[in-house]
Amino acid sequence: MAKVEKPKLPKPDEISNIDYHPPATSWMDTPTEFKPGTFCWGAKEKDLITLGLPNPRQWSPADEDWKLPEGWETTILDGIAERLSKYRSFKIFMDICVRCGACADKCHFYIATGDPKNMPVLRAELLRSVYKKYFTKSGKFLGRLAGARELDENVLKEWWSYFFQCTECRRCSVFCPYGIDQAEVTIIGRELLNLVGLNIDWIAGPAANCYMKGNHLGIEPHAFKGNIESMCDDIEDMTGIRVNPTFNRKGAEILFVTPSGDYLGEPGIYTCMGYLMLFHELGLDYTWSTYASEGGNFGFFTSNDMAKRLNSKIYAEAKRLGVKWIIGGECGHMWRVMNQYMDTWNGPADFLEVPVSPITGTRFENAKSTKMIHITEFTADLIKHRKIKLDPSRNDHLKVTYHDSCNPSRGMGLLEEPRYILNAACNNFYEMPENTIREKTFCCGSGSGLNASENMEQRMRGGFPRANAVKYVQEKHGVNMLANICAVDRAAFPALMDYWCPGVGVAGTHELLANALVMKGEIPRVIDLRGEDLPGKGGNG
Amino acid sequence: MKALLSFLAVIVLILIATLGVNVANLHFFFGIIIPYLAFIMFVGGFVYRVIKWGRSPVPYRIPTTCGQQKSLPWIKQNKIENPSTALGVIVRMALEILFFRSLFRNTKMELNDVGTNSPKLSYGSAKWLWFGSLVFHWSFLIIIVRHLRFFIEPVPYVLQIVDSIDGMLQIGLPPIYLTDLFFLLAVTYLFLRRIAIPQVKYISLAADYFPLFMIMSIGVSGMLMRYFYRVDIIAVKELALGLVQLHPTIPAGIGAIFYVHLFLICTLFAYFPTSKLMHMGGIFLSPTRNMICNNRMVRHINPWNHAVEVHSYAEYEDEFREKMKKAGIPVDKE
Repeated sequence: MAKVEKPKLPKPDEISNIDYHPPATSWMDTPTEFKPGTFCWGAKEKDLITLGLPNPRQWSPADEDWKLPEGWETTILDGIAERLSKYRSFKIFMDICVRCGACADKCHFYIATGDPKNMPVLRAELLRSVYKKYFTKSGKFLGRLAGARELDENVLKEWWSYFFQCTECRRCSVFCPYGIDQAEVTIIGRELLNLVGLNIDWIAGPAANCYMKGNHLGIEPHAFKGNIESMCDDIEDMTGIRVNPTFNRKGAEILFVTPSGDYLGEPGIYTCMGYLMLFHELGLDYTWSTYASEGGNFGFFTSNDMAKRLNSKIYAEAKRLGVKWIIGGECGHMWRVMNQYMDTWNGPADFLEVPVSPITGTRFENAKSTKMIHITEFTADLIKHRKIKLDPSRNDHLKVTYHDSCNPSRGMGLLEEPRYILNAACNNFYEMPENTIREKTFCCGSGSGLNASENMEQRMRGGFPRANAVKYVQEKHGVNMLANICAVDRAAFPALMDYWCPGVGVAGTHELLANALVMKGEIPRVIDLRGEDLPGKGGNG
Repeated sequence: MKALLSFLAVIVLILIATLGVNVANLHFFFGIIIPYLAFIMFVGGFVYRVIKWGRSPVPYRIPTTCGQQKSLPWIKQNKIENPSTALGVIVRMALEILFFRSLFRNTKMELNDVGTNSPKLSYGSAKWLWFGSLVFHWSFLIIIVRHLRFFIEPVPYVLQIVDSIDGMLQIGLPPIYLTDLFFLLAVTYLFLRRIAIPQVKYISLAADYFPLFMIMSIGVSGMLMRYFYRVDIIAVKELALGLVQLHPTIPAGIGAIFYVHLFLICTLFAYFPTSKLMHMGGIFLSPTRNMICNNRMVRHINPWNHAVEVHSYAEYEDEFREKMKKAGIPVDKE
């Protein structure tokens, strides 16, 4: 296997040198280039074995030979046939695209690479061409004239390359006159690739961890508890208050589930500290679970079945612990899954009750079937009912903008709740330009399992449109904090900001909320959640 | 090349009809057999395609939400772009189908300061595609409605009104229809953007040019017939009525250009169900648009939802029991 060195990251002026002129050769004749820095490592043998997925072996995308299983063509074609019969979306999206091109410059990867195969329409065409060849009469008889082509190894490699250059952000589907959703095509494309063992390491690894240990990072129960307790130490230093969360506690009213990024690594842990402080201040009867310790779902980037297998833990654990309902933390794709898939896969959650906030009495009718609410819904309700005391001046050193995570905006419509919290917790809030927020928000460039390190160039490209909008408000208003509600954002944005707009920090909304949260019996706050001096609050800053 | 091939295909079709009628005298074939055949292929093909789509279930409720969800009572929901009721979905779909709502959002990205450390992206308004498509589809629809006067006797009052509004310019004799002009302009625009915008040209297939040329030639042949090479309109109506009433006749003296027009229409109808033109039916079934965004309120059922292998809590505890006990985490089995 070829040893691939970690590639050097090009400078912004090199990356911004984007040529939008399509190549001279037709896309069917343009070979896929595997340029180091733009693709992820292949899935490891051990992870596929753990998950019971096909064709486990050591392989590298940089190699000529991908060690495909015998008869892989039949596997893929049968896989397409099966999915055509299972998903109306797939059939319709294969059939009705008119190639108007409205989606083209809506994709962050196209904007930042100029590679026409990153236009959603052409990314879909990579699969559509094979569908036409084997599943439509016009494609069978007219071949290339009808846009059809044979399936061969190069086509498969091209799929792998481009379906792992799509973050399933759904921005294209907002602009498509027929609502064709490239995320759906990518999801199915990745399922097909997984039938022959073609996943990426950064997805298969976390999925295997999550399956066996409960979370993507593979944190074992004692370490999970340890991590949270060390956050409690920091909270005590800052506020003088000892927060005592519980773990796997039966009979709690609420189960809290958040992505594992929130309890390992900065700045995610500050958001997590925010949850802990808020719940303590409310005296909320809730528990963490070490078994269902992952809100995110990297199975969703593998196949719907894999996603369901990981997601099943949440309801199972809620049932085992006997809680009444569930709160979910800040995370992007997690909420696409919780909102649009969980109930269908693993419901009905008839052993749970419709969520009612014990603090305000608000009944969350919008979650009456799933029995799971988003933490920003919970917190916005508290603020509206004035149940928590906030001192937004503690965030006065911050000029905050807000990044709508792709999936909560386009797969849910959670737009106002986080803004309401930010406006209550911060005095300086500025929106990015209209075409880059809410349902038109731009992806961080690292979603859907692409936040590895070996593809850093591609991540800096993919996040370019987002970063460029941040830079706009940085220059115009002096914005220095990018708030968000997604663990991958918190993991991916620091590098992206350093690269495109240095000086902008990254925070979850509950970090900023907890900065402002006035807790009963707290010592005067002189530091923020990061342990940095609060200017004008008696600290040294 | 792809455009040229499609263009040639349309020329060949025109030649076939011209020669077939003028040289081979196949009026019966082109005036009766082909229209019936095309009609059967269109209706049969359309129904077949829709049934084929309908046979695949919608396993997940996956609307693309383009506005604020229904959550807390004091947060204003966008009831159309994120509809939580059937009525909301109907309005959303109506806006989509009648006014191309999503295409109206279109923007054009521009990158400035390329190759510097601070490149600048901007997104300008781009409504031409929306406008051109809207004009094209609506003109097309009105033209089809206008044509009903050939198939109905007496011509209903509504059709007469449509006719007179469409001809309100009162220029020429017979008066020029507004929709004829709009239609020709719009279809030309749609063709030109396909070859003028490099990205759109790059993604275009022969299957994208062919219908455009077909539609263009149908329009042109129709207009030639109306404004320049007049055909016997009474005879045309006789033929049309005969077809509808299943007493087909071939009245004498209809010019060959009519048969060209008719043959192109028939070809387009027959071709329709096998092509991307099925977006006409597909848009109604698009799951990202036609579903109610009540995901957390009402459980969506997946008919093929099957059991999957899971890693149970018991298995998990078996692996980590000692570590959990040591850390003071409660366990089920001591």
